[in-house]
Amino acid sequence: MAKKKFVVGCFDDEAVLFPAVKKVRTAGYKIQDVYTPFPVHGLDHALGMRETSIHTAGFIYGITGTTTALSCISWIFTKDWPLDIGGKPHFALPAWIPIMFELTVLFAAVGMVLTFCYLCQLAPFVKKHHFHARATDDLFVMVIECTDKTNSSDLEAFLSNAGAVEVKTEIAEDGWWIGRYDKDEMPFETQTALA
Amino acid sequence: MASIRERFEVPGKMKTWSLALISIGLAAFIIGFVTKGMSKDEHERAIFLGTLMYNTIYWTLVCNAAMFFICATTMAWGGWQISFRRVTEAISAMVPIFGAITFFVLIYVVFVDKNHQIYHWLSEEAKTDPILKGKLGFLNPTFFLIWTTAAIGLWAFLGWRIRKLSAEADEAPMDNVNGAAFIKQNTVRAATFLVWFGLTVGSTIPWLWMMSIDAHWYSTMYSWYNFASTFVSGMALIALWVIYLKNKGYLEYTNQEHLHDIGKFMFAFSIFWTYLWFSQYMLIWYSNQPEETIYFKHRVQGPYKGIFFLNLIINFICPILILMKRSAKRNYTLITFMAVLIIFGHWIDYYQQVIGSISKDHVTLGWFDFGILSLFVGLMIFFVSKSLASKPLIPKYHPFLKESIVHHT
Repeated sequence: MAKKKFVVGCFDDEAVLFPAVKKVRTAGYKIQDVYTPFPVHGLDHALGMRETSIHTAGFIYGITGTTTALSCISWIFTKDWPLDIGGKPHFALPAWIPIMFELTVLFAAVGMVLTFCYLCQLAPFVKKHHFHARATDDLFVMVIECTDKTNSSDLEAFLSNAGAVEVKTEIAEDGWWIGRYDKDEMPFETQTALA
Repeated sequence: MASIRERFEVPGKMKTWSLALISIGLAAFIIGFVTKGMSKDEHERAIFLGTLMYNTIYWTLVCNAAMFFICATTMAWGGWQISFRRVTEAISAMVPIFGAITFFVLIYVVFVDKNHQIYHWLSEEAKTDPILKGKLGFLNPTFFLIWTTAAIGLWAFLGWRIRKLSAEADEAPMDNVNGAAFIKQNTVRAATFLVWFGLTVGSTIPWLWMMSIDAHWYSTMYSWYNFASTFVSGMALIALWVIYLKNKGYLEYTNQEHLHDIGKFMFAFSIFWTYLWFSQYMLIWYSNQPEETIYFKHRVQGPYKGIFFLNLIINFICPILILMKRSAKRNYTLITFMAVLIIFGHWIDYYQQVIGSISKDHVTLGWFDFGILSLFVGLMIFFVSKSLASKPLIPKYHPFLKESIVHHT
């Protein structure tokens, strides 16, 4: 668990958020993430994030599923336990295609969900810090990671100028922990004074 | 925003090319008519008429698919298509023209030539054939005439109503009340078209026009299969026109995002087509009943083997492998290549569906087929470009235009 210092700026309008993202990035600050109540089209682009490669992963899971199905069924029906079904050849490819298709979909779907959860660090009981409760409701919350050289009060003023309706500086847990929000004593909440 | 080019002007070169294609096609048609169409041999005439049939049915349904695309996206509140909607409208404006050709060809086959090699149910034996007897309520010249007329007429009419309403979006800015009324009216007209589309293309028309060539055989997948085939070709045709206009510097509001979605349709419906292709094939293969396998016998094991599997390679393997990546769907060159390939592939599919049943013993694909294809491509280019030029390219007061401009995939 590593604690880091973040400057948080909250915006209440997409039309303000986009120019602000651009300004913050041109000024050279490193945006850790922008938390939004709903998917905002084009924001990933504005943040300069790279294209996700989850579809490549999905493709690989998919062909794994196809191969698994094909090799299993063909081994079972031609080598292990050949059965005469309706006079069809033992290697009855058309009849297997539905199963190969289903396993392709199953592997791809489950694999992609698990990969997504792993990459986003999502799992039951795994908790991450929320920078602002209204990020799930009606605020676009921009989180900027501070370095040793960042002057946080300058940055706060910069964000206010860019149109943030609320700014604050927080020291927060960067990674994840296992626990419950209602039971946990938040490690960062006791430490309000800035280092 | 920089000014946009509202009017498409048909380049002289395009006109020349389309007229050249039409004249090649007409020459092929005349030579074909003299050598095959007037032949005493009913089989020769059947091949001649069958070639006309599959070409004209294919192109009518492909252009009709453009109207289906407009209506389906309208019903789904899809605003993204507005920036290139005039292109789809121009393609769908081909339905009356190709529809009329289809009508004449089919009426000629059923009433003038009375070709038993194509429509076996026209013959006297059909009245005593135990299987055909039961189908004669559907497969008879009177019903054929009524249903064909109604189908083509209503496609043309309902499509024309939608295009007419769309032209209102050029006239004056709409306030919220007018805009909402416009959208509602548009939705109602789209829904009307879709109901008729479902009754015809989605079910009865492919049975009546094409499946009845194998009058004894039937497949409940058949119409869906044909719908998927023509819809994916329709999307490919839309893509080709959009890319052409983009290259000429028109359609400023249409960009890679729109192309990406068109590409997704081409990809998805190629898979959907394969799903139907396979469902039709596998059930017949599995149950293995002679009256059903007769359709596939000469296609899978006979002379049509090559075309049959080529069909599957072009229309399934190529789209799934080439169009799968996101970057491929955003690449103008690749989409152009795939669109041409898909249109050609489904044309081949129509060839084997119709001629494969008429001429079971040998493949007739040759100069005449490509000549007629060139006739239809020429007509399509000539009339679509003409109808594109007749209206502004962007419905500038359409309530959803902004949604289309900011579209992002």
